Amino acid sequence: MYDGGKIITGLVVFIGLVTFPLWSNVGKAAKKPDPKIDTPVIQQLPEKERKCIEPKALMQAEHMKILNDWRDAVVRDGNRIYVSSSGKSFNMSLQKECMNCHSNKKKFCDECHNYADVKPYCWTCHIEPKEKEKVAWASIEENS
Amino acid sequence: MRLWLPLIAVLALILIAYAGVSGAGMNYLFGVFIPYIAFLIFLIGFISRVVKWGRSPVPFRIPTTAGQEKSLPWIKDNKIDNPSTTGGVIIRMLLEVFLFRSLFRNLKSELSGGKLAYGSAKWLWLAGLAFHYSFLTILIRHLRFFTEPIPFFVKWAETLDGILQVGVPTFYQTDMVILAAVAYLFLRRVFVPQLRYISLANDYFPLFLILSIAVSGILMRYFFKTNIVGVKELTMGLVTFSPKIPEGIGVIFYIHLFLVSILFAYFPFSKLMHMGGVFLSPTRNLANNNRAVRHINPWNYPVKVHTYEEYEDEFREVMKEAGIPVEKE
Repeated sequence: MYDGGKIITGLVVFIGLVTFPLWSNVGKAAKKPDPKIDTPVIQQLPEKERKCIEPKALMQAEHMKILNDWRDAVVRDGNRIYVSSSGKSFNMSLQKECMNCHSNKKKFCDECHNYADVKPYCWTCHIEPKEKEKVAWASIEENS
Repeated sequence: MRLWLPLIAVLALILIAYAGVSGAGMNYLFGVFIPYIAFLIFLIGFISRVVKWGRSPVPFRIPTTAGQEKSLPWIKDNKIDNPSTTGGVIIRMLLEVFLFRSLFRNLKSELSGGKLAYGSAKWLWLAGLAFHYSFLTILIRHLRFFTEPIPFFVKWAETLDGILQVGVPTFYQTDMVILAAVAYLFLRRVFVPQLRYISLANDYFPLFLILSIAVSGILMRYFFKTNIVGVKELTMGLVTFSPKIPEGIGVIFYIHLFLVSILFAYFPFSKLMHMGGVFLSPTRNLANNNRAVRHINPWNYPVKVHTYEEYEDEFREVMKEAGIPVEKE
């Protein structure tokens, strides 16, 4: 090989870069996010009323779009009433409606957002819920 | 045909992934097996291709340059465009790799009033640069699916790319830039007659493939949402060698992944190898020191010589008998 030293050095650097995900994860157990929905408010609800405003699959996929639409409806049109696909009416409010049930931001929102590195900018305007009170779900570890 | 065949091939690939996952339910094949195989082909193919290049002898410096060679002390030499030192070569290579300096010299030629005229043509350089940097940013951003915890530079790339904070999920500028750049790179091949004439199937295929990868990714992010947490579980399973197929991942993800796998597997056999090749361009990576340093042709074989002294030693007796004069008695 001609100029073998330089070429092989380059190849080694290249292989190091493209296999970065392989060696950087060695020895780290990838933990799966586990969002919790066991807040006091939800637990007080009767079993069959423990439902979000829309079906779970839709909420998982489209919650960010719903929140965005809510923001536009409230801020631009002053419309605070959301009629869901099941015909129920809800107050369009992140802090008063969503976070009323899902008061556990760290274990509900952040669990998946941190895992997928999604940085929603809800809390640059809204007030983050204070999760000071000790409850069952927030007992052990706090996500950084 | 040179245009339609690659298009049909890419559409067929999309159909294969669609049918394989949503029809036949071969999620494991498309989600685990094919990505592993593709990555292996990529690594081995890339290395063997570069090693093959490395084994080619470089007999002489090729001074295709755009600058004055270093010669006599009162003639000013161009230290970057015609470097005589390793330092100059390194600067030339950095400019080449990061800014595509050769492409910046791209010219267009046309007949104007019966005369051949040359003019500056920077659009190819601009689109090429936009395309490559978008692709790099997208690649870095995708590391969020392959690392846990996510490294800082990935977060920086995401924040910078979505700095306009338009819409939800946050719109990434590179998504739009890469589409526009690939579209330009494709359309110039279609609409410029000279380029259409020289464009082959293997020029169109990577363009279609990359375009379909970008489009499937954009569709997945902004339109047909897929279970992103499930996707990361799958990708983390791949990189930690404990593959699993989580539930609820849409078929659009498998199409995206299959196309990316095809791109990886196709890479070492295609023009895309310019990624490694740019570093091995003899006209770029060698200092022009032909007149200062002696370069010996590496394929010069040792020539067998039979000197007169040896000849005479061998035939002295016979020569004497025949009366031929000899130098040594």
